[in-house]
Amino acid sequence: MRYQHQRFPFVRPPDLDGRGVRVPVLIVGAGPVGLALAIDLALHGVKSVLVDDGDSVSVGSRAICWSKRTLEIFDRLGVADRMVEKGVTWKVGRLFHRDKEVYNFDLLPEPGHKHPAFINLQQYYVEEYLIDRARDFPELIDLRFKSKFVGLTRRADGVTAEIETPAGRYKLDTDWLVACDGVRSTVRALLDLDFVGRTFEERFLITDIEMKAGFPSERWFWFEPPFHVGQSALLHKQPDDIYRIDLQLSPEADPDIERRPESVRPRIAAMVGDRPFEIDWISVYTFQCRRLERFVHGRVVFAGDSAHIVSPFGARGGNGGIQDVDNLAWKLAAVLDGRAPERLIATYDEERIRGADENILNSARSTSFMTPKSSMERIFREEALAMAATEPFARRLVNSGRLSLPCSLDGLSLQSDDDGFEGGLAPGNPCVDAPIVDPLGNRAWLLDEILGDFLVLSFGHPVDVPDGVAQLTVVAGPADCADGHTRVQDVDGLTARRYGGIPGSAYLIRPDQHVAARFAKPTAGKIGAAMERALGKEAA
Amino acid sequence: MSEGKLDTTFRLGTRGDDVYAALIAAHDGLSDDESTRLNARLVLMLANQIGDAQIVIEAIDRARAIGPSGPQAEH
Ligand SMILES: Cc1cc2nc3c(=O)[nH]c(=O)nc-3n(C[C@H](O)[C@H](O)[C@H](O)COP(=O)(O)OP(=O)(O)OC[C@H]3O[C@@H](n4cnc5c(N)ncnc54)[C@H](O)[C@@H]3O)c2cc1C
Repeated sequence: MRYQHQRFPFVRPPDLDGRGVRVPVLIVGAGPVGLALAIDLALHGVKSVLVDDGDSVSVGSRAICWSKRTLEIFDRLGVADRMVEKGVTWKVGRLFHRDKEVYNFDLLPEPGHKHPAFINLQQYYVEEYLIDRARDFPELIDLRFKSKFVGLTRRADGVTAEIETPAGRYKLDTDWLVACDGVRSTVRALLDLDFVGRTFEERFLITDIEMKAGFPSERWFWFEPPFHVGQSALLHKQPDDIYRIDLQLSPEADPDIERRPESVRPRIAAMVGDRPFEIDWISVYTFQCRRLERFVHGRVVFAGDSAHIVSPFGARGGNGGIQDVDNLAWKLAAVLDGRAPERLIATYDEERIRGADENILNSARSTSFMTPKSSMERIFREEALAMAATEPFARRLVNSGRLSLPCSLDGLSLQSDDDGFEGGLAPGNPCVDAPIVDPLGNRAWLLDEILGDFLVLSFGHPVDVPDGVAQLTVVAGPADCADGHTRVQDVDGLTARRYGGIPGSAYLIRPDQHVAARFAKPTAGKIGAAMERALGKEAA
Repeated sequence: MSEGKLDTTFRLGTRGDDVYAALIAAHDGLSDDESTRLNARLVLMLANQIGDAQIVIEAIDRARAIGPSGPQAEH
């Protein structure tokens, strides 16, 4: 059953009648990244106006693979349950060379996590759920469709944006403008900024087909399959009996011919045999692995595809953008309410450029493996594939995409050094989930308790924390909170093990669920200093 | 994690000539293409056996520096 696109009406904004007010944040673009940002800001109590030139969600399925870390972020935003329920959960990938399976991998071999390694869910569903969620904050999120950003004037303390609508143009003053307007970003063009990096000549034909087939919920990738000689192919299952099929095209292929249904049909038929299918969406995608040199330009900040773009293998485009949001929202909120200096925003550049570079590196390497340029590169690839059937080490060299993992912010300026802590999670890592029992005696998940502001996660017993800082203590026995301290009970010692949490030790967790610091022997003074640092108050 | 430090002193004990001879014999009767492929498999297998990525990278750099296409070796 195909997705029915709902049209959102244009609503005349007060700005057109001279009743506009200055807003803290203007978000340009209501793709997954812009929508997630508006929601995250709202959860921090920050108002935003979100403008989008369209009046519906994504036309094609586009980003379909959402990673565990993204689901954890979406959970914080309040949309993950719906996504997981609708999505196709998977964790096993299979790799075929010609007609033989050479390797399979399990992306989440360990139990005791709320979210799966991946779900597949079409971008239009993700956007629909995010829009529904945004509507829960009518006071904080002003979502404006058919509103195209067309111009800007920059000042030291903000931006005046120009918005074009069916009812005319208006100007809107904002403290911060976040460009989430995708790969063809108007904001980027108006600032005259370029992407640096690499564009590949190869193209992929990306199609969604509707088909009844009992394929398992796995990622299947072929090198040189019999049905698409000499090239690569990828098959992913999506909800609603929709399958995503990616077929590599040679550099000489003409995209205008390839995207015609009469060209696509025989290619798909060769793959799926005589099963009947309907073509739902066709797109020809050129690989790029590029980014802006900087994401922060005064009061204009770039997030998602407007800031960086990767080839799709590894699902690092959509997921990378959601991680941008995770990093940016609390920082904007802290700066806007005066708790942090503006310098904190510069650390978004530092931290997310590291993430983007990791995504670009991984995606570029996968793409290179799929599209060898020299005869020697081809030989190494062919021999690695040939050995993969019998030699375990070679399977790990075969690169059909290294699937999105969160990057570590270890060693960057907001994180404090270890305080004699051993094992567990180094500063800069995202928190790892684990099962717990909450104070009411219910089975729950650790990450669901790490929400909102900075939090001290202590082990064994509560520790001294600076005034006003929340604390959560993980204990081995029942979670008794009678003394006013919030405790949760560890299950099978998993939290203590995953965090290396010996009694008396503690972590300082950022609002984006990343470790800012950890302490073998915490004191309120040390925690306070680490928090100042994590708020950008201390020069790196 | 890797520590690096490629060791270019002789490490094959009394069997250096055996290894060299085995390598040459392995290419007997192979076409250039087959030989190139054999070498590729060997390189990947040995790199894995070394197990220390930094040493492998140092070896790659060193071998490249000595060859005719690389910059002049430093001695
Ligand atoms: C054909 C195709 C296939 C893809 N396949 C995959 C995949 O398989 N896996 C994967 O991870 N990623 C894939 N991607 C990439 C993925 O879709 C993006 O990474 C993701 O959508 C980025 O989200 P975003 O919110 O930054 O940008 P977008 O989703 O592009 O959203 C940008 C929004 O800004 C709006 N906008 C643009 N200009 C203006 C303006 N001037 N004023 C107002 N609004 C504006 C647009 O209408 C749009 O709604 C694919 C992309 C394409 C195009």
